[in-house]
Amino acid sequence: MRGSSGQPAAGAELRLSGVTKRFGEFTAVDNLDLTVPQGSFFALLGPSGCGKTTTLRMVAGLEEPTEGLVLLGEQDITRLRPYKRPVNTVFQSYALFPHLNIAENVAFGLRRRGIKDVREQVAQMLALVELDGYDKRKPASLSGGQQQRVALARALINRPQVLLLDEPLGALDLKLRRQMQLELKRIQTEVGITFVHVTHDQEEAMTMADTIAVMNAGRVEQLGPPAQLYDRPATTFVANFLGQSNLVAAEVTGRSGDELLVEVHSRVLAVPLDRAAVHAGAVWVGVRPEKISLVQAGTAGGAAVGRHNVLPGGIVSDVSFVGVSTEYLVRMPWGQELTVFAQNTGDRSPFAAGDRVELQWGAAHTFLLDAEQDSRAGVQDVATGEPAPAGVGG
Amino acid sequence: MSLAAEVGPAGPTPARQPARSRSRRSRRTALLLLAPGALWLLVFFALPTVQLAATSLYDPSGSLETGYALTFHWQNYLDVLAVYRDQFLRSFLYAGIATVLALLLGYPLAYAIAFKSGRWKNLMLVLVIAPFFTSFLLRTLAWQAILADNGFVVDSLKAVGLVPTDGRLLATPVAVVTGLTYNFLPFMTLPLYASLEKIDHRLVEAAHDLYSSAFTAFRKVTLPLSMPGLVAGTLLTFIPAAGDYINAELLGTPKEYMIGNVIQSSFLVRLDFPQAAALSFLLMIAILVLVMAYVRRAGTEELV
Ligand SMILES: Nc1ncnc2c1ncn2[C@@H]1O[C@H](COP(=O)(O)OP(=O)(O)O)[C@@H](O)[C@H]1O
Ligand SMILES: [Mg+2]
Repeated sequence: MRGSSGQPAAGAELRLSGVTKRFGEFTAVDNLDLTVPQGSFFALLGPSGCGKTTTLRMVAGLEEPTEGLVLLGEQDITRLRPYKRPVNTVFQSYALFPHLNIAENVAFGLRRRGIKDVREQVAQMLALVELDGYDKRKPASLSGGQQQRVALARALINRPQVLLLDEPLGALDLKLRRQMQLELKRIQTEVGITFVHVTHDQEEAMTMADTIAVMNAGRVEQLGPPAQLYDRPATTFVANFLGQSNLVAAEVTGRSGDELLVEVHSRVLAVPLDRAAVHAGAVWVGVRPEKISLVQAGTAGGAAVGRHNVLPGGIVSDVSFVGVSTEYLVRMPWGQELTVFAQNTGDRSPFAAGDRVELQWGAAHTFLLDAEQDSRAGVQDVATGEPAPAGVGG
Repeated sequence: MSLAAEVGPAGPTPARQPARSRSRRSRRTALLLLAPGALWLLVFFALPTVQLAATSLYDPSGSLETGYALTFHWQNYLDVLAVYRDQFLRSFLYAGIATVLALLLGYPLAYAIAFKSGRWKNLMLVLVIAPFFTSFLLRTLAWQAILADNGFVVDSLKAVGLVPTDGRLLATPVAVVTGLTYNFLPFMTLPLYASLEKIDHRLVEAAHDLYSSAFTAFRKVTLPLSMPGLVAGTLLTFIPAAGDYINAELLGTPKEYMIGNVIQSSFLVRLDFPQAAALSFLLMIAILVLVMAYVRRAGTEELV
């Protein structure tokens, strides 16, 4: 950060250890273990009501864990008062002080810590969030996007060890949200502070974060870099919540080298061992829709390089054209409909409803999940912003 | 503003015609809405005030029987000020103390009702208003009984030594100020409650997050945001308390009399109308000046 970048925020990793929060009988956060490396952009992703805000509030000190520890480096901050923690929050509602102007809002934290000359720092911070010249305005006279940036400046100016952001872009319209995602990422890189970003928007989490923790019903389902979560979901919830997945019931029948063999309705598919969450018995075999190629019935395996999985006998039941790609629904002989995304490269004429097709994909893109889990867990309603692969505004 | 500037010229000119007639219509609506209240005030406030002003300038040598002459006798004002200076000062002193006490009692009360009462909130609000179910006079008479020399309050206070054995509560300044505080407490509490209740608790959390202890968060966020209620509450307490005469009459002695008692007796007992009118006018002006100075200091226009 310009000027005051002299010393990087003396940081330490944030660790939650066995953190549980109960409200009466209801368990909002259930035995959570998390480690957020210093300086990382960490996303806490999950559907509404899964306990994300509660988790953040426990880190901020606004809520006390029923059990477990919150550690910042070596320091146990579980019961530390919020105003004594080197942690600041960008609230979901922004919570700007309506009786103070923008400059006073931004200077609030510095003033409380007895820093007298705040003018220069406030000016720098307002420049960072591109709000120069707004210092004398009242929050009510600013747009949502501007208020969001004031909230960010008000938290960042304190150079906390950890910055908590609770759905900071939730109130913004789509276009502004994309723009602010890039802004936030730029600012995080610039200041080098640990960001813990809460969101229910999987695309937002994937574009911004170094590491994502996917939460569901108070627990972390899986934690890792976005590409890894997308590529190797560990649970059906992650497979469905992060992008889309085709999950087909199967049975593990054997092993060949470093691959597991599974039988799907009397077809044998291969799955790399390290992509299997379970190694025996009933399983879900999974593949992402964009990994599948549709080919005319009887031609599968032709041009294939390397090991391939093929599911024959499909009939195209629905075609929707989305510009850069086409989404197909293919009805399989056992009645299930599978989704296939095909890039509109122009090399091939598209299929039409009723066409007989075969599904083919690289064995290396297949994954196995526990059949105990609900294959519909985490499936998002298309209406609530399941992102089209067309990439809006990209 | 900039939006309006951009949109303005683009709008087709004929659109202005209906816009102007709409604004005229809305002004007429405003006048219609104001009319009944304005008429009421004209008949029952403005006219009597003019009459009062005239009366205050009558020749004081007149009487009800002989009639009064309007001689612009400004001396009336100087006379009453000279004679009743103590009662004037006492009025503002007692009203001021009662306002401060009501604030000290009312603020925590309003705060507790707004933030801590949970499901008891409505009940507590009803309890705050409950005294209004009986008349002001009756309640003050009840206080007379409570503070009476042989009452249990005085006895208990004597027992713990807070009141000397030959001391009393009734007929003292303490009794008058206590009565005023009690009688006007709801006027302090309700506006404060209304202001506090509107405050978004997340703002207080934001203050905690930004290095404010509970006390600092109160001082920097809750208190400033409750200022409209605080200003309204203090005015609603101070103004009627300064003009009150029931409390001094029932709980005090002539040594505790306030300006209200003097006005009451000159209007109804001594029948000295010019003097009574001059006193009333002085009280009105004094309160007006004080209130204006206060509101300016509190800077309500700065508040949201
Ligand atoms: N103060 C509270 N009292 C009772 N239940 C609460 C409280 N705060 C949150 N909850 C419940 O805990 C669950 C998780 O809430 P929250 O952390 O806000 O979810 P998210 O931010 O992921 O949408 C929700 O079911 C919510 O109703
Ligand atoms: Mg939330």
